[in-house]
Amino acid sequence: MAKSPHNTLLFRTLSVLSPLTLLLVWELLARIHAIDTRLFSSPSLIVQAFAPLALSGELILNTLVSVQRVVLGFVAGAAPGIVLGMSMGLSPFVRSAVEPMIAATYPIPKLAIMPLILLVFGLGETSKVFTIAIGVFYLVVINTMAGVLNIDKIYLDVAKNFGASRKDFYLTVAFPGALPLIFAGLKLGMGMALILIVAAEMSAAKAGVGWMIWRAYDMFDIERMFVALIVLSVLGYIFSLLLDAVERWVVPWKQQ
Amino acid sequence: MAKEPGIKLEGVSKCFESRTGPVTALETIDLDIRDGEFFCIVGPSGCGKTTLLRILAGLEDSTSGKVLVRQGGGNRPLNSMVFQEQSVFPWMTVRANVSYGLRLRGVPAKERNEIAASYIRKIGLSKFADCYPHQLSGGMKQRVSVARAFANDPEILLMDEPFGALDEQNRIILQQELLRIWEETHKTTVFITHSIDEALCLGDRVLIMTAHPGRVKAIIDIDLPRPRDIAEIRTTLHYNELFQTVWLTLRDEVLKGKELEMAQGK
Ligand SMILES: Nc1ncnc2c1ncn2[C@@H]1O[C@H](COP(=O)(O)OP(=O)(O)O)[C@@H](O)[C@H]1O
Ligand SMILES: [Mg+2]
Repeated sequence: MAKSPHNTLLFRTLSVLSPLTLLLVWELLARIHAIDTRLFSSPSLIVQAFAPLALSGELILNTLVSVQRVVLGFVAGAAPGIVLGMSMGLSPFVRSAVEPMIAATYPIPKLAIMPLILLVFGLGETSKVFTIAIGVFYLVVINTMAGVLNIDKIYLDVAKNFGASRKDFYLTVAFPGALPLIFAGLKLGMGMALILIVAAEMSAAKAGVGWMIWRAYDMFDIERMFVALIVLSVLGYIFSLLLDAVERWVVPWKQQ
Repeated sequence: MAKEPGIKLEGVSKCFESRTGPVTALETIDLDIRDGEFFCIVGPSGCGKTTLLRILAGLEDSTSGKVLVRQGGGNRPLNSMVFQEQSVFPWMTVRANVSYGLRLRGVPAKERNEIAASYIRKIGLSKFADCYPHQLSGGMKQRVSVARAFANDPEILLMDEPFGALDEQNRIILQQELLRIWEETHKTTVFITHSIDEALCLGDRVLIMTAHPGRVKAIIDIDLPRPRDIAEIRTTLHYNELFQTVWLTLRDEVLKGKELEMAQGK
């Protein structure tokens, strides 16, 4: 009953219609001056601001700068996160040595250590990439370790029975078995990276989507700010689609 | 064929530490399993059959006693186990699962794929060779697990109720196939089952274990002629006599096992 074709069409129409309605209401409220367009802008004003930003190449440039930082930081955080998480999952020795440190430092908000990072790495690219890397690292390391620890013990027995070497354990059991949770960590990490890029570009940046937002704030250019916000949301969407695609490719055995 | 002991257990005991205190799973097991023998084990559930097999596989250490396994020559692996529970790797296709042992031993891809393909054909899953386990039924997964052990070509096959989860038809087909392969190779096989019929159809001897803790209650020779045809053998008088003997020996233990389970409130 619930899944009749009629209903499917209804739901689909609804999910297109409701954001459109919201935009319409927003536009309408702006036109009749029920909301202050200096603060909340309006869809039409944002579209007008978008065109020159896009055509001048300014938007593309800032987007690329941020994308580069996010990708570098993401890889720099995820790669050691996976390796360390795997070791922690497989070796009680490594786990008991490292886990207390991770547990103690994980709750520190990553934004709180940004000033320290700036002092250590200076105002250049490194500090921004590092900030993102730290945030991604924690989520990936914790999830990877959980992924290894969650592997059913029977598979370790099978590997042992078939004479698996240490390397075989890693490559044929621990890594593939942990992949679903590794991807869960990567997706959370990507969300974190997008949060941190805006914060990282707040200080000492000369380009980037986050920088655009803070610059728009300084200049009280609300439309510009909204354009940057939209770019961020589109970026987040594209990154999550990419991760989903990679996951489907790497973890084809995961049950839908 | 030399009938020196392939596997020898002397006073093997196993005690587990559990939250409710120590649990004695096996108590002073003495056992000779001959080279090339098909050795079956039956016993009430919880009597330590799996534990015994895991000790033979080297996955568990005995608490006391000696376990001697005759080391074969060459680079053939010592033993391969078919586990009682689902143990097929979810992240590997049927083909990769079946060739797992060969891959670890560094057999070239082409050769191991050929070997795997022939065993996949034997278990009737050729159409599913490139499928992942989540696309298979429970019984099909168990067949993959059997093929994985066989393809590895070990000295000793250890099978823990491998056909327990199969439906009757598939079970008979696989028993027949197992018999055929075994009669070709005469590989030392230790086979746990909860079916007296299965033990009689397949085995040279059957060990009957006592209820918790597991001890050797009796070892009965199954002197039915080989090669065997499962359908035929069941109609013989001697099969029925053996069935009686095994059942009468086992019955008291099964009842005792039931009482124990009730007492533990399981
Ligand atoms: N890892 C373990 N820790 C504690 N007790 C165990 C463990 N494995 C098995 N046992 C206990 O040992 C006994 C024998 O178990 P098992 O060998 O699985 O029996 P079977 O295979 O004959 O059904 C049972 O009482 C079981 O609860
Ligand atoms: Mg068992």
